[in-house]
Amino acid sequence: MSFPWAAHYTPKAPLMKWIDERLPLPRLVYNSIGAGYPVPRNLNYMWNFGVLSGLALVIQIVSGIIMAMHYAANDLVAFGTVEHVMRDVNSGWLIRYAHANGASFFFIVVYLHIFRGLFYGSYKAPREMVWLLGLVIYLLMMATAFMGYVLPWGQMSYWGAKVITGLFGAIPVVGEPIQTWLLGGFAPGNAALNRFFSLHYLLPFVIAGVIILHIWALHIPGSNNPTGVDVKGPQDTVPFHPYYTAKDGFGAGVFLILFSILLFFAPNFLGHPDNYIEANPLSTPAHIVPEWYFWPFYAILRAFTFDFFFVPAKLLGVLAMFAAILLLFFLPWLDNSPVRSGKFRPVFKQFFIVLCIDVLILGWCGGAPATAGYVMISQIAAAYYFAHFLIILPLIAMFEKPLPLPNSITEAVLAKHNLQGEEPAAVPAE
Amino acid sequence: MATAEHTGTEGLSGGDGVRRRDFINIAAVSFAGVGAVAVVLPLVNQMNPSADVLALASSEVDLSAIQPGQAIKTTFRSQPLFVRHLTPKEIAEADAVDASTLRDPQTLEERTVDGKKQWLVTMGVCTHLGCVPLGAGEGEVRGEYGGYFCPCHGSSYDTAARIRKGPAPLNLEVPEYKFTSDTAILVG
Amino acid sequence: MLRAILIAIGVFFSGMMLYSFGASTYAYLTDPAAPTAEEEFHLHPKEVHFSFNGSLGHYDRQQLQRGFQVFKEVCSACHSLKFVAFRDLEQLGYSEAEVKAIAKQWTIKAPDVDPKTGEPSTRDPVPADHFPKPFANNVAAAAANNNAIPPDLSLMAKARHDGPAYIHSLLTGFQSQEGFKNAKGKELLKEFPDSKTPEGLHFNPYFANLNLAMAPPLTAEGQVSYGDGTKATVDQMATDVSAFLMWTAEPKLESRKSTGMAVLFFLLIATGLAYLSYRNIWADKKH
Repeated sequence: MSFPWAAHYTPKAPLMKWIDERLPLPRLVYNSIGAGYPVPRNLNYMWNFGVLSGLALVIQIVSGIIMAMHYAANDLVAFGTVEHVMRDVNSGWLIRYAHANGASFFFIVVYLHIFRGLFYGSYKAPREMVWLLGLVIYLLMMATAFMGYVLPWGQMSYWGAKVITGLFGAIPVVGEPIQTWLLGGFAPGNAALNRFFSLHYLLPFVIAGVIILHIWALHIPGSNNPTGVDVKGPQDTVPFHPYYTAKDGFGAGVFLILFSILLFFAPNFLGHPDNYIEANPLSTPAHIVPEWYFWPFYAILRAFTFDFFFVPAKLLGVLAMFAAILLLFFLPWLDNSPVRSGKFRPVFKQFFIVLCIDVLILGWCGGAPATAGYVMISQIAAAYYFAHFLIILPLIAMFEKPLPLPNSITEAVLAKHNLQGEEPAAVPAE
Repeated sequence: MATAEHTGTEGLSGGDGVRRRDFINIAAVSFAGVGAVAVVLPLVNQMNPSADVLALASSEVDLSAIQPGQAIKTTFRSQPLFVRHLTPKEIAEADAVDASTLRDPQTLEERTVDGKKQWLVTMGVCTHLGCVPLGAGEGEVRGEYGGYFCPCHGSSYDTAARIRKGPAPLNLEVPEYKFTSDTAILVG
Repeated sequence: MLRAILIAIGVFFSGMMLYSFGASTYAYLTDPAAPTAEEEFHLHPKEVHFSFNGSLGHYDRQQLQRGFQVFKEVCSACHSLKFVAFRDLEQLGYSEAEVKAIAKQWTIKAPDVDPKTGEPSTRDPVPADHFPKPFANNVAAAAANNNAIPPDLSLMAKARHDGPAYIHSLLTGFQSQEGFKNAKGKELLKEFPDSKTPEGLHFNPYFANLNLAMAPPLTAEGQVSYGDGTKATVDQMATDVSAFLMWTAEPKLESRKSTGMAVLFFLLIATGLAYLSYRNIWADKKH
């Protein structure tokens, strides 16, 4: 699709030929994740996380459909049906733990995927659309995960639903009607539980749809690579299959090993004990915290403790939390350095490391109780978060002197291997 | 593409150094296949009845209130269960039939407990397509053989609940049960 | 232009954050939050060894049976176990007949409907029944227990951090508040004279707010007479019932761990092969 030297699909089996002539689906697959997609030859392991995110989505959809076979979205029995899955359904514990921990692993690989893009400048021209669609996927994932967490109807489910919908209550005038509308009541109840279940079932398929657009948009310019230098010719690329299918297969194995360790030996490590207590509208848990993947944003939300003239702190916190996510949509235009890869941007690299630490600190504070010390740390960390994206990145782009770029991907690869001249005849013959 | 020769499924016949390593690719793909099958098993098995469904209580039925000629409808494993107190006339009718001429040859003795021939306990599930036959309730049609009649496709059962006419292939099923006293049975 | 707006937004939020930081630092320094009795004197669960700890740990069936006996004779008077069924007890090593007898002789009867009158009535539980609740509803439970509702115990071991150790610590942690000192040697009633345990509550430093409504349930050695000859010390009874409650919370723990071992073994081989295959395919490609 993307480069003139991409292999063309020539079906060998008569059946595939018959299908391809009538519905060119085999061709589509061949050109997107088969031998027909030329990919830079120098991708490192950070490029595994796109495919792994897809794998995580498949795990979630399969285990989720099965959960829905045994679960009942009714506030009187929801908690009990989850326990029914855990105790009575054949292999139910496996499926439920896979679904709960699968959500965490989905976010782990997606965060690594996002930070890979941030470091190697994968959001820059001509891949802005890939980045924007990726952020849409991320937003949909957050909505799906939040609603999914409500479904077991434990204490954290209930109070999480109450607090998160309460965020909308911060909007002046229309806030409270919106909150009531979202919940279908004045507090989370059967109406909220049912609509969350309906949407929780729907959104993963919307995510799958946007992923197709994400990959489509990626295949127009082709994949970025660790040098950030454009592909110049056939010697710079290898076909996706078998080269990257093999590498992704290995990556999937490592992913599944780590996933299995958590699933089988510490399935409740990332969960909160309070969610094993049935929802009780009359008693709030001591520390309401969302799941770990929301902690950085939760820390930003809580960092606003002071009113700004007529704007109350609560509204500021909500605005800041949404701003912290939405600003990522403007990233391609905030960082207009012509160099993509952070490898060749010495100043950017320093600040990128600070950003990673900063987000980890925000996450740590978001998961901790809201005591003065943690709030003060998250205030500093949140200040840096906004400054990094909205002030520092544009400034670096203006003043930084990048390192010299290699002329081509092949040159960079050969330099790494300390070789002279042309590589022997392993270059695919056309 | 020149690279095609490195894929696992091709170049099997070759004998040079590169191709001899192909078995690793084949092994890796086979392992992935075995893993996928192993994952599918629990995903299929989860649709089987869960432990609480399998453990459903056996039903105890009190017979003391059932007069000769009457029947009651109760449930066993979420399905209707018919318990019928046969009159001597009905027993005689059932015994008069030569069992070997029937579609599903069974005598009334074989379908009841020794010495309790008047108590006919059967599932209320037509062996054709699973409808509930009529005849257990007060005033319901009992069909031309005086037993049960399935309104769905017209299967008629006799007073021993044996299939006599219509599409059903078998007699109404007799579940496992035992008498816990003279007037009570435990089904299941 | 867009960039200018965005930078302005950045300046606003970062500035607000720095301002908030200054203001909270000032508040922290001028008006520090006073420490609370809970912060200073709450104790984390004791270290307790259980046979099911660790990635290869499994349940000790004898211990679970003893724990069940403690639950039956002590806890079940007030606490429900609503997600567990009598039939599940077969996993503790009881035979089908024993389970039937346990269900039939259970003190609390299962709710039923009188088949003749339709009035609510009760009957002997059967193995398929879940453990009947000691109180008909929360109002009845609160009324009978000095306004505190005894929580359901089915999931207690997963509903608290370090659950089994917490249950053990709580059961053995009742003590006199007089002279209670924390690790730093501070005495609770001297530091916080207002935090005297209210009438009707019981002091227990392992409970989140130090005072709970439950009276010490395990008080004397030999309160339960174990059939297997184990000496029924308070500590032993507390350990046994904690193990039993871990089983009620996570009955599939053993199959989870053994499945996990098999899966990991398989995945390690498969991933090793996948790595070799990956190296093999890339053998002639510099990258």
